Amino acid sequence: MTVTEDRPAYKWVGTRPIRHDGYDKVVGKARFAADLNLPGQLHGVFLRSPHGHARIVSIDTSAAEAMPGVKAVVTGDDFPELAAGDPERDTAINLMARGVVLYVGHALAAVAASTRAEALAAAAAIEVEYDLLPVILSLDESIADGAPLVNEDNRTAFSGSDEPSNLASVTPLERGDVDAAFEAADLVIEREFETSWVHQGYIEPHACVVDVGADGKADIWASSQGHFRVRSQTAAVLGWDTARIKVTPAEIGGGFGGKTTIYLEPVAARLSEKSGRPVKIVMTRDEVLRATGPAPGSKARIRIGATSDGELTAIEGWIGYVVGCVNNMAGFIGAMSVASYKFPNLKLEAVGVLTNTPASAAYRAPSAPQAAFAIESVIDEIAQTLGLDPIDVRLKNAVVEGDPTAMGMPHPRIGFVECLEAIRDSDHYGSPVPEGAARGIGTGFWFNIGEQSSATVNLNEDGTATVITGSPDIGGSRASMALMAAEELGIDVHRITPVVADTESVGFTDVTEGSRATFATGMAVVNACRELVDELKARAATIMGVDSEAVDWIDGAAVAEEHDPLPLDAITAKAKGTGGPLTVTASLNAGGAGPSFAVHCCDVAVDEETGQVTVLRYTTAQDAGTAIHPSYVEGQMQGGTVQGIGWALNEEYVYGEDGTMLNASFLDYRVPVASDLPMIETIIVEVPNPAHPYGVRGVGETGIVPPMSTIANAVNRATGLRISALPMSPPAILAALNER
Amino acid sequence: MRYAAPATVDEARALLSDNPGSQVFAGATDLVPQMRSGRPAPSVLVDLKRIERLTAVTHEDGQWTIGAATPAADLTRDAVFTAAFPGLSEGAGLIGSDQIQNRSSLGGNLANASPAADSVPALIANAGQAVIATADGTRTVPASEIVTGPGSTSLAEGEFIVEFTLADPPAGTGDAYLRMIPRTEMDIAIVGAAVRVTVDGDSISDAIVVLGAVAPTAVVVPDAAAALVGASVAGGSIDQSALTALAEAASAACDPIDDKRGTIVYRRQVAGVLAKRAAVIAVERAQNGV
Amino acid sequence: MSDSTTNRRVRTHVTCTVNGDEVDFLASDDTSLLDALRDELGLTGAKEGCGTGDCGACTVLVDGRINCSCLIFAPEAEGSDIVTVEGIAEGDQLHALQQTFLEGAALQCGICTPGFLVSAKALLDQNPDPTETEIRYALAGNLCRCTGYDKIVRSVQEAAVQLRGASR
Repeated sequence: MTVTEDRPAYKWVGTRPIRHDGYDKVVGKARFAADLNLPGQLHGVFLRSPHGHARIVSIDTSAAEAMPGVKAVVTGDDFPELAAGDPERDTAINLMARGVVLYVGHALAAVAASTRAEALAAAAAIEVEYDLLPVILSLDESIADGAPLVNEDNRTAFSGSDEPSNLASVTPLERGDVDAAFEAADLVIEREFETSWVHQGYIEPHACVVDVGADGKADIWASSQGHFRVRSQTAAVLGWDTARIKVTPAEIGGGFGGKTTIYLEPVAARLSEKSGRPVKIVMTRDEVLRATGPAPGSKARIRIGATSDGELTAIEGWIGYVVGCVNNMAGFIGAMSVASYKFPNLKLEAVGVLTNTPASAAYRAPSAPQAAFAIESVIDEIAQTLGLDPIDVRLKNAVVEGDPTAMGMPHPRIGFVECLEAIRDSDHYGSPVPEGAARGIGTGFWFNIGEQSSATVNLNEDGTATVITGSPDIGGSRASMALMAAEELGIDVHRITPVVADTESVGFTDVTEGSRATFATGMAVVNACRELVDELKARAATIMGVDSEAVDWIDGAAVAEEHDPLPLDAITAKAKGTGGPLTVTASLNAGGAGPSFAVHCCDVAVDEETGQVTVLRYTTAQDAGTAIHPSYVEGQMQGGTVQGIGWALNEEYVYGEDGTMLNASFLDYRVPVASDLPMIETIIVEVPNPAHPYGVRGVGETGIVPPMSTIANAVNRATGLRISALPMSPPAILAALNER
Repeated sequence: MRYAAPATVDEARALLSDNPGSQVFAGATDLVPQMRSGRPAPSVLVDLKRIERLTAVTHEDGQWTIGAATPAADLTRDAVFTAAFPGLSEGAGLIGSDQIQNRSSLGGNLANASPAADSVPALIANAGQAVIATADGTRTVPASEIVTGPGSTSLAEGEFIVEFTLADPPAGTGDAYLRMIPRTEMDIAIVGAAVRVTVDGDSISDAIVVLGAVAPTAVVVPDAAAALVGASVAGGSIDQSALTALAEAASAACDPIDDKRGTIVYRRQVAGVLAKRAAVIAVERAQNGV
Repeated sequence: MSDSTTNRRVRTHVTCTVNGDEVDFLASDDTSLLDALRDELGLTGAKEGCGTGDCGACTVLVDGRINCSCLIFAPEAEGSDIVTVEGIAEGDQLHALQQTFLEGAALQCGICTPGFLVSAKALLDQNPDPTETEIRYALAGNLCRCTGYDKIVRSVQEAAVQLRGASR
């Protein structure tokens, strides 16, 4: 179901053609990074730290180098030390330890050999002497007075201090007078919350193949959300010029934010350079879970004040994100995620805290789910305490265009109210709660980002078109690019071939992240097509012998009075005689990415004897602005929702005291399986984004924000328990029931 | 590491005795993950699936004989077997995904010696006997005597399980196996409970209760069985006080650990819950068939 | 061809049928069937997502039954009949599941798709009219992290309808 505001009638935008890359993916032809093999290729493997924190006293690789099949060994000494403050310094440290290992699984050496088995045997033969250091695994330990340092290299961002610290960042936000507002409030509720680390859980482990020639030039095939970033990060870590490196994006087997940074490519490059052979590195699942970025765990304390009729008057809170062993911006971003309600008085502090665990990475709407779990739980409790409908309370306080974000800037046109209304009016919310079940509501949003994109559109001799972009397609964006081009050019979407090109074949394009591909890269495609249409009209004018001002472009043809319409293929056929190839490149730094809001509704049953929570029915309403390809918009909503359900119910990191992850497999890191779930019903709300030619808002991230509170709020109504810690696994629920 | 696929029990026996450090396998559904997490590779991998006897399922003269390497799916798809031992069929049908059940076997599930093995409690509850190939012949022992602790068995070096035998259950008998996992599939049991009852008239005349994942091995709980024996099942429902006593006895018999999969408190409490629920199903089956 | 073919460990000559063709290859005894298919036969449709039988991305049919090819040692394949995702279409004609997956947008990144298609084919071969619950349990050994399974389940339901219609 779609709720649509008035908008132009489109011929292609909003339809559901078969995606252009689909055929290859259903017949097994699609080439993912691990599917590529080069002649003479070696296999690279890492040696990883068994310790949570230790100084590397010595590394002896001589035995490993002498082993059969071994062609190259590298350690941290093979990489330049980046200057303090270099934006890729932490990337470099994380992918190959220098002097200190910071978590169990931290890479400290790598081997390339003829076979993987030989490489593994050699890695095991590297002798390392460690001097153990204190291991900090929790937020509380890390921020305690006198706590040992997690990472001596860390400085608190924006603090101006050069003192080593366990804090990544501290972001205070304040408006109004919260003390006075709490004083005046009819109801004040304060609760504490905690969430575990969770992994993005992409099914494809990180993989790359790198071939460095004797001329020093590197060819990289990578599984990444942004091959231009692979290029720039690899160049930075190796101290190379960017122009030496060509990165070809392989098909990517899931990323969700976790493939926005690199773990392998500079190491494979150095191994290739040393051995003179191509080097392939494919992570194991165990390595993925132990050494690539989870989303931060968190602790939060949230206090909200309300009037007796449900007006939310103040929020005060502290939220700490456990970011792992190196700095990142989780805390800073998390602070901004509190912008769904008007809150005239607000005082928040968000903090990033380091621990001796893997460096956390982006995961769909990074930092927002943790904050939303806390805030939406308290708001639900307020609605319950006041005897108000949970949707009514949210409608009363929902931000609309012009209301301030947490940072103070006004919101642009947004669709939060429309999403709340869509759920309120849905079949699900209107249906009685099933016997033995209970219903919960939760909401969330994500800002989305614009950033830089490039697109080249080539019109071919026969009137077909090739749309070339630099945005790796992680969820169907090629189809969206083709649809927008079809709409602009007026030709059939299947006469268009959308391509994701390597770093030498298309202009610079930022990473596919922040739900930006269809928005920003789509805008570049639209701009290129519009320029092409102008050119087509000029060519048609030449052919028709009329002034180009007299030509219109209607439905794929040049139209001028007293002339037969001249279709696109008639113009491309005469390209040579009218000025040469028809090709346009457009680049931009897109602004105006519109936030996307979502409201979720679910019914759960709780087995009070075992603590098991079963999701019986789930509906999500989300503002897509305009859905270019509705099937893939729904797919983003459903996929994000189910990741959120996993986060809510069973996904967690279990660490031993020494910092070893104890559940580093898909058997024990429990992502949802098909039988855990009902259908995920979707309502696409379309409140067009005025900053995009078709009104697009990115939809990739918001879906993961509401499920944790939605399910917790349903569990509350089923059991009376106010669950404050994730995951709500059966043992956790049963323990809470026992205390009830 | 070398792979060998003997065609007879004798050939397998010879391979094992000639090659120290060799290892039998059927599905390798546990072996491969163990090797990937650092367990040393065996010198020779002895594949038992090509030995006809090890994948044969027969039913003669009131006795079932099940080859130790028979894929679990062969049992769950066997309607006659499943009607006779619904709880054991359920246990076999819970060993991992459909993919896994095309490889996993009762022999492997038992000999891997995980306390959480899903087919083991019901195998024990049905008094399964294991026929073991020894260096020079075979010996038969109750399946309950194979596992001695997590990862360890009473099988001597070079011994392997050939088949299991199960007697047809007496009239009026039903069994059931339930397990608790956080998801609905693809997990290792946090708690497992198998119950087999025989109903005579309006009361339970015989019972056995076996728990999994709550102690170093699957545990037979005589006190829990005793709570059921004699209990009224008139009208199809078990006397509540008997169920309560069953649950208490089951919980009391637990000697669990806290680990990444569950807590001591949780395992103990849920063992009682599952024992009760399995008993209700077993009685229903005893009275009405599957 | 990669250097894994010059492995110095024990290597076995394996002959089997893959997607209808008799093939043979050499593989060291600890090579998985998955790696043999991918590295020796160049059939990279089956993927390794975990290597421990927990994700189903490597699912293939062995003698008509679904298996995680990562758990099978290559020499075990001797004499068996293997079908991979590359072999489920009939010539140029996509299998109904491949077509409904395309039309139903049942794939996003596509890494799990080969495994799902093989598992779903095995299900429908055995049970032409499964319930939603049966489909969900039959596919529980295949992890997908992109779709939330909704469109996969619907596409299997649609393919079942089409296949039942075609066989009527």
